[in-house]
Amino acid sequence: MARVRLRYYALLREQAGLGEELVESAAADVAGLYAELVDRHGFRLARAQLRVAVNSEFSDWSRPLADGDEVVFIPPVAGG
Amino acid sequence: MSTFCFSRQPLDPVALAAGLADPAAGGYVSFEGWVRNENEGREVRRLDYEAFEELALKEGARIVAEAIDHFGVREARCVHRIGELGIGELAVWVGVASGHRAEAFDACRYIIDEVKHRVPIWKKEHYLNGDSGWVNCERCAEAAQDHRHHHGG
Repeated sequence: MARVRLRYYALLREQAGLGEELVESAAADVAGLYAELVDRHGFRLARAQLRVAVNSEFSDWSRPLADGDEVVFIPPVAGG
Repeated sequence: MSTFCFSRQPLDPVALAAGLADPAAGGYVSFEGWVRNENEGREVRRLDYEAFEELALKEGARIVAEAIDHFGVREARCVHRIGELGIGELAVWVGVASGHRAEAFDACRYIIDEVKHRVPIWKKEHYLNGDSGWVNCERCAEAAQDHRHHHGG
């Protein structure tokens, strides 16, 4: 199990109903963590529509979770 | 001043341009993105911008550095608003100072295009009819649902 901090933005923040949370996850990687959160929060965005950041840098979905990681799932962006 | 930053206050493009003043620059090109009163057929009342600032600042600075390196301009910067904006407000500013105009236009275009696609910034539109929605998110969320239902059915 890894203890990770999640921060949510935009549509995911509204769907989760919170801006951040600490979770313990048995997921093998960040992709598995997102699958857990789809069940927990009912996220409607498919993983293919997101990017993911770990510790404030873009990450691969296959990155294993480590204690203390801060994970942000990034919905489709719309700057400008 | 960093090459990419956020502002919670209205932007002053004259002051921002002055920050790029350079005796070796023969041209200055800027882009101003303004809040429009319509998007995809819906009347927009105001916008909220939100950013994952730690990563956005890094990715924004990388984009500006790419533009300077690739097009050989002297200096470039981008500032993006966050928070609540009304119609007509300046939402994003890009400025490029260069020896010559052609590369200044190219670098400016590159920066705004890449910022829109790569920097974790989100825009929520509030419509005249009282609805609201996250741009680029609501429809793909619906598409994902339809996809799942299709395969589940």
